[in-house]
Amino acid sequence: MSGPIEIQNLKSRDPFAEADEDSGQTTQTQEYIHIRIQQRNGRKTLTTVQGIPSKFDHKKILKVIKKEFACNGTIISDTESKGMGEVIQLQGDHRAKIREFLINPETGLGLDEKTIKVHGF
Amino acid sequence: MSAEDSTNYRRASRKSVQFTDEKLVVDADGSVTMVTTPNDDSKETAMSHTPRTPPLSAALGAFTDGSSAPATEPAAADGAPAAEVNPSADPDGLDLSLMKKKKKKVKKEEGDGDAAPAGDDGAIDLTMKKKKKKKVLKEDDEFSKKLEALNLEGGESAEAAAEEAPQEGDMDKGTGIWSHDETRTINYDLLLNRFFTLLAQKNPDHASAGQRSYKIPPPQCLREGNKKTIFANLPEICKRMKRAEEHVTAYLFAELGTSGSVDGSRRLVIKGRFQQKQIENVLRTYIIEYVTCKTCRSPNTELSKGENRLYFITCNSCGSRRSVQPIKTGFSAQVGKRKKMQA
Repeated sequence: MSGPIEIQNLKSRDPFAEADEDSGQTTQTQEYIHIRIQQRNGRKTLTTVQGIPSKFDHKKILKVIKKEFACNGTIISDTESKGMGEVIQLQGDHRAKIREFLINPETGLGLDEKTIKVHGF
Repeated sequence: MSAEDSTNYRRASRKSVQFTDEKLVVDADGSVTMVTTPNDDSKETAMSHTPRTPPLSAALGAFTDGSSAPATEPAAADGAPAAEVNPSADPDGLDLSLMKKKKKKVKKEEGDGDAAPAGDDGAIDLTMKKKKKKKVLKEDDEFSKKLEALNLEGGESAEAAAEEAPQEGDMDKGTGIWSHDETRTINYDLLLNRFFTLLAQKNPDHASAGQRSYKIPPPQCLREGNKKTIFANLPEICKRMKRAEEHVTAYLFAELGTSGSVDGSRRLVIKGRFQQKQIENVLRTYIIEYVTCKTCRSPNTELSKGENRLYFITCNSCGSRRSVQPIKTGFSAQVGKRKKMQA
């Protein structure tokens, strides 16, 4: 009776290794993607997206977004944003749209919804 | 944000800790309310009904008084005199009930129903008295009623007109299964249902432990000139939430992506144009993040700085403690003239 159970135990992965792997994953997912909005003059706004994983090509993302949302935008590099990584800045309020883009697995990046935080009013 | 707002909160999922289910509602007067109970429409907020409603024990006491008053007079041979006692006892139970008219009707019917067997059967009397002494929950009331129904069925089989209809009826109006001369046994689910319905009607405070609505005064927004917004009643709101003004201010600025200052009369001056609705949204997220307890949803919490620069929220009603994220401004793009920034 106890034999097979032990074998099953042996088959299972090392709990510590798993934990390490897990924690590594969680630190990755804990990195939120922040979508913020900023007011400019008048009724103009800026949308900034901070923390898109570096495995994605930001330039390409921006290109797609610019076309899709019909807006201009830039990538603000590390030096300018003071250690916040590359930030995508878009003209206009695109918070909802960009969130949808980040989540969508087909036409977007397919990221986890929980990692995205939308700020602002 | 939108997902949180759109999801309607149901009592069925009351036990789930998932916070996003909670629904935040802005009243007509603009006050931010966290409504989680769809069934008590009559009450506006926890604050508004708390002073009016006596505690559960008192209310139940009054309730049981109302129904057991006739029962405590076994001397009365027939039901009629006993029933007359009822009206005098009724007002006690009623001024706390929120659905006055309907409850009155039910109460009377119940009283009559109790009174009639009280004269006939001594055994029921005992249960009634016991109930009054202990001031037990209403479930017992139901139970005794059920017991009484059983007794009646056993003793007077003539009255037990066995109908095999499905158990339904309006419990408020006392029809169907709930009518006072009904002798069928009511099944547990229905009784439990009724218990919670009545509890929600009479004492929303107890029925919605931890899911009461939370009301804060609406933020007053004035426009100063063209580019600045004045948030006038920030101290008041902070006092209400029991949070430091600096903390709320920091959160507001971080979320709105602006800066600002506090003027002479402690009003907050925010750079940029903001409407009351927008400020409300931010306050709402602040409340979710930094005020309400995630375990019991009570807003009665304290924010304190822990040992190692971490902020903790300690709940005063359930005692849970959780850490909260520090307020981070994050990236903010440079807006405005570059020359000004350099200078």
